[in-house]
Amino acid sequence: MNARPAIGRLSWLVGGGAIVTASCVLVLLVGQADLPRWPTLVEAFDRLTPGTIDSGLDPIQRSIVWNLRMPRIALGLVVGAALATAGATFQGVFRNPLADPYLLGVAAGGGFGATLAFVNDWGDGQGVLDGVQVAAFLGALLSVALTWVLGALTDRGRSAVTLILAGVAVASFFTALQTYLQQRSTEDIREVYTWFLGGLTTSGWTEFGQAAPLAAVCIAVLALSGRTLDVLAVGDDEATMLGLSVGRTRLVLVVVASLLTATAVAVSGLIGFVGLIVPHAVRLVFGSSYRVVVPMSIAVGAGFLVLCDLGARTLGSASEIPIGVVTAFIGAPFFLLILRTATK
Amino acid sequence: MTSEIAVEVEGLGVSIKQSTLLSGVDLAIERGEWVSIIGPNGAGKSTLLRAIAGVAKSAGAVHVHGQRFADLDRRERARLVSWVPQKPEIPAGIRVFDYVLLGRTPHLHPLAKESSHDLAIVADVLNDLDLADLGDRDVATLSGGELQRTVIGRSIAQQAPVMLLDEPTSALDLGHQQEVLSLLDRLRSDGKRTVVTTMHDLTLAGVYADRLIMLAEGRVVAQGSASEVLTADRIGEWYRARVSVSNRDGRVLVSPELVTLGDAHVSAP
Repeated sequence: MNARPAIGRLSWLVGGGAIVTASCVLVLLVGQADLPRWPTLVEAFDRLTPGTIDSGLDPIQRSIVWNLRMPRIALGLVVGAALATAGATFQGVFRNPLADPYLLGVAAGGGFGATLAFVNDWGDGQGVLDGVQVAAFLGALLSVALTWVLGALTDRGRSAVTLILAGVAVASFFTALQTYLQQRSTEDIREVYTWFLGGLTTSGWTEFGQAAPLAAVCIAVLALSGRTLDVLAVGDDEATMLGLSVGRTRLVLVVVASLLTATAVAVSGLIGFVGLIVPHAVRLVFGSSYRVVVPMSIAVGAGFLVLCDLGARTLGSASEIPIGVVTAFIGAPFFLLILRTATK
Repeated sequence: MTSEIAVEVEGLGVSIKQSTLLSGVDLAIERGEWVSIIGPNGAGKSTLLRAIAGVAKSAGAVHVHGQRFADLDRRERARLVSWVPQKPEIPAGIRVFDYVLLGRTPHLHPLAKESSHDLAIVADVLNDLDLADLGDRDVATLSGGELQRTVIGRSIAQQAPVMLLDEPTSALDLGHQQEVLSLLDRLRSDGKRTVVTTMHDLTLAGVYADRLIMLAEGRVVAQGSASEVLTADRIGEWYRARVSVSNRDGRVLVSPELVTLGDAHVSAP
């Protein structure tokens, strides 16, 4: 007998790190500008480590590495990790395999906030504390808060089913508001539509700088909550009898996962699929204990989104493909493949 | 209240919407005692366990080891009372070791990891319950008897002095029933654990428990030793069953009599 819990074994953590590193290296080397490979890697290494190594790149090439490619990879890592971790958490909290980060109305609320900002010209989705980002973030949090209050009004125990249903109602409400706004000002439709499909557009390190600190704190808390999510898996009554305050625990986890999702939505729009499929893929390969699912989702989500962004930048001939299209296009067959292998 | 009382229940009542499931239940259960709650379907047996455990909302007072249960937080309660449900929910793909380890939950901070002390306790429990070889097995693949031992194992790992078990033998064949009940008998034999079970099999309940409490229609209708509680008249009255009760070597045997459909109506005497 292996007298240990199914916690992250070292080989898995090393494997997760390898996935992320390999994705980043690959993406760093591919782009419109044709940069020499080895010097590009040396330049990135130089930037990330103390001390100075001369990569031999000229100033323009250096700027491409540091101001274009690296911030985009960094943002992809944060958003991918955030969506996958939040998805895993929602699936655990609601004991529902179809749960994703947008379950409680985050997407509809964020979409409403962003549309409101586009229509009123509060910003364009980029830069320091841009109006679209702030409105999307607040809209996303507002929708979750509403869902929670509605759930609490109808069911004092705040059961999972009641919350999910309240989420459906709140999402419909905000979608209606958003559609109304959008129809009233058709000149903004294209901007709004692009935002809805999601994308990792960066202006230097600004977006990363805005998203990373909050995302890191939330991800750290959720990574430590794997054991608690495993306790929730035995159902509300048994979890209560094991000494867990189920209502309070659910509230804390939902708040943290929603903050995390709202952070990702604010800087990248609505990127679908990652939060649903990555935790499932992890579960099929590594088992269903959340002690493993949460940390591995962080790594696989980060690596997956960076690779999808590579597809978004390179697959289209003239302009970028929205990243949400790529996550679904690559993710769906990939998931079927894993499902087939795992159920054999 | 003396400290020898493990569980004291006063005026316990449970109502859901308009219907009353339990009313005016008073009980005192001594430390180290095995009490079995019997009664027909719908009598309120499971509700009584859930009310004692604080899962069902109830009126009245419950004291466990001298402490008013309502004043304790969830973790403090779970360190005093453990509960084995009739149909435990088994998470998909969980290993036996990890399942038993869930019993350590009330001893841990929500963000903390189990210590080597917790792991050692679980390893001891598995050894004690003859589950050591099954530690890596998926719980879903266990036989009925192994599963029930595993769930009881989680309860033991919780190290609560009062164990509540809802129908611990209902899904088991006779051999596994005896195995599980003997295990419970051994667990409380050192006087440190108090066991409260609900049971359907009246003979088995009488053989193993120190005291029987019969519930019907949400009230206590009889309590005492097996020979005091298990009478043909009383069983006929509350279970609407025709039985004969015999006493052999100090054991009370309840056997059903053949009832043909024509005279199936068994009226209260």
